[in-house]
Amino acid sequence: MRNSKLAEHNPGRKIFSSKIATTIVWLITLVWTVPTLGLFVTSFKSDKKILNEAWWVSLFNPDFSLDNYKNVFFGNDTESLGTGILPYFINSIVITLPATIFPIVIATMAAYALAWIRFRGSDFLFFSIFALQVVPLQMALIPLLLLFTGGAHIGSIPIFPALGIAGDFAGIWLPHTMFALPIAIYLLHNFIASLPRELMEAAHVDGANHFKVFRMIVLPLAIPGIAAISIFQFLWVWNDLLVALTFASGTEEVAPINSKLASLVGQYGSGYTQLSAGAFITIAVPLIVFFSLQRYFVRGLLAGSVKS
Amino acid sequence: MSEFISTSIPKFTSVLIAISAFFVILALLFAIAGRVDGKKTRPVSLAIFLGPALLLLLAGLVIPGARTIVFSFMNPDSNGWVGFENYYWMTQDPNVKTIMFNTILWIMVVPLFTAALGLLLAIMLDRIKHESIPKSLLFMPMAISFVGASIIFKFVYEYNEPSEVQIGLLSSIVKFLGFTPTDWMLAKPLNTFLLMIIYVWTQMGFGMVILSAAIKAVPSDIVEASALDGAQGWGLFRNITFPMVKGTFIVVLATGVVGALKVFDIVRTMTGGNFGTNVLANEMYSQTFVQFDQGKGSALSVVLFLLVTPILIYNIRSLRKERAH
Repeated sequence: MRNSKLAEHNPGRKIFSSKIATTIVWLITLVWTVPTLGLFVTSFKSDKKILNEAWWVSLFNPDFSLDNYKNVFFGNDTESLGTGILPYFINSIVITLPATIFPIVIATMAAYALAWIRFRGSDFLFFSIFALQVVPLQMALIPLLLLFTGGAHIGSIPIFPALGIAGDFAGIWLPHTMFALPIAIYLLHNFIASLPRELMEAAHVDGANHFKVFRMIVLPLAIPGIAAISIFQFLWVWNDLLVALTFASGTEEVAPINSKLASLVGQYGSGYTQLSAGAFITIAVPLIVFFSLQRYFVRGLLAGSVKS
Repeated sequence: MSEFISTSIPKFTSVLIAISAFFVILALLFAIAGRVDGKKTRPVSLAIFLGPALLLLLAGLVIPGARTIVFSFMNPDSNGWVGFENYYWMTQDPNVKTIMFNTILWIMVVPLFTAALGLLLAIMLDRIKHESIPKSLLFMPMAISFVGASIIFKFVYEYNEPSEVQIGLLSSIVKFLGFTPTDWMLAKPLNTFLLMIIYVWTQMGFGMVILSAAIKAVPSDIVEASALDGAQGWGLFRNITFPMVKGTFIVVLATGVVGALKVFDIVRTMTGGNFGTNVLANEMYSQTFVQFDQGKGSALSVVLFLLVTPILIYNIRSLRKERAH
């Protein structure tokens, strides 16, 4: 507010005059929005028109129906989709909920320990976890998959049993939980470490142990931060392809909607009606989350990148 | 439909069981450990708060990472040593040359473009009315998956034979301007840049939002004072605004480099790595899970890791500096 008032009084603040700025911003916004709009309009077009009438022409010549959504959701015997994408949609929900809750809870606890329990090596540990953030997932995929299917051996001596969770939901929850920890711990540490020291000390003086302090003070105060990071994790898991392709076989039993969608892209012709409707269903969930919780989302972003 | 319901219920049951079990175990641990008194309090608390995370990080990232390095010196089935053969292969194979070239192109072009466009928009947003509407819309693609974004752009890049109606936006614009559209995904090297646009489209909002916050944090009195001294326009930006947001700009760049290095979904979905668009992360996946060569796949992962180490070191340095204050 203060800034914009200043800009009015003081033309020197302006690098671009605001009229030009307004025009350019709205122009870029238009360019940025049109592709999504195109998919949205296309998803309502009939099988016959999807390939020989551009969507912006269809806008003036409307002949829209919900058939694509019906087919893509519930399947259609004549099309290659079989039972539809509904099972995959369910799988996505089944994968995403635990894969968001588990890492966030575990990371909140770890962040508390790193911020408020003094111990030797705590700094080193924090730096190591921070460093793990940028390590590519690819570094872990093969050995982790082998661990899930065959356990771990030194020579022929088994030191870790085969978990037998490959191709199971647990086999997707677990890698998502592991991979989310470095960034989640780092971001939550930023929130939790900034809580007032006096509050913690007062609680300890009153005889509260770490478990009580965590439940009664840290959790309630860190809720905004936890919410922000949960949204990120939710979107990350929902939008993931690499972990899904590696740890979930492409079957109806466990594969999430994103990997189903990726496999649909190759199909031409009638596949397009399914592709457009399927894609829109898939992106609708994160878009709803995004628009309803945008404030938290932005706060989460800022926590990780801007120094206070 | 009834079959669908009967297969879905067990899925939701397993979620409920998993989540409840998780919290029950946690509550039990808290209850039991909360009773520990005296000298053992701190180690017990540490074990319970930090133990699960450390265990998962070790089992999920550290040990697998080390094993991947070992695998990179082994044969496709990881049961015999081959020395540096998998790395030697990279220097000899012409496909890998294209892959390296493309990967470097991605990390040179994409982060800079994403960050610069984000900064430009952040500056302009700072001086317009109703900034929240365009900001939301520009930021929105960040919530869309790379697969979703790829499908959105598949329709934008759609190409039909010249005799037919063009339904893709790009082909139509090109035709409108009087040129002949082509099958964009086959057009080397343009196709790689078209894939980059998808990435920029989704990620630009990140840079824009955090740079916008950084610009708003520049103290008004500094700007005011320099404006009184006669600074304006480009000079004001170069001498005052940019130096103040430089740190954030570098964060955006570094995030962009890491992201561009790991780009996989877009290439996999749009071209499958064909037509000269392949990149490191996609080739790693193909070697491992399509060719079933764990040795080459691991070696490619190691290269990917080596490429992010400069950023890793930079990040640690700046965190250390920040903590010293």
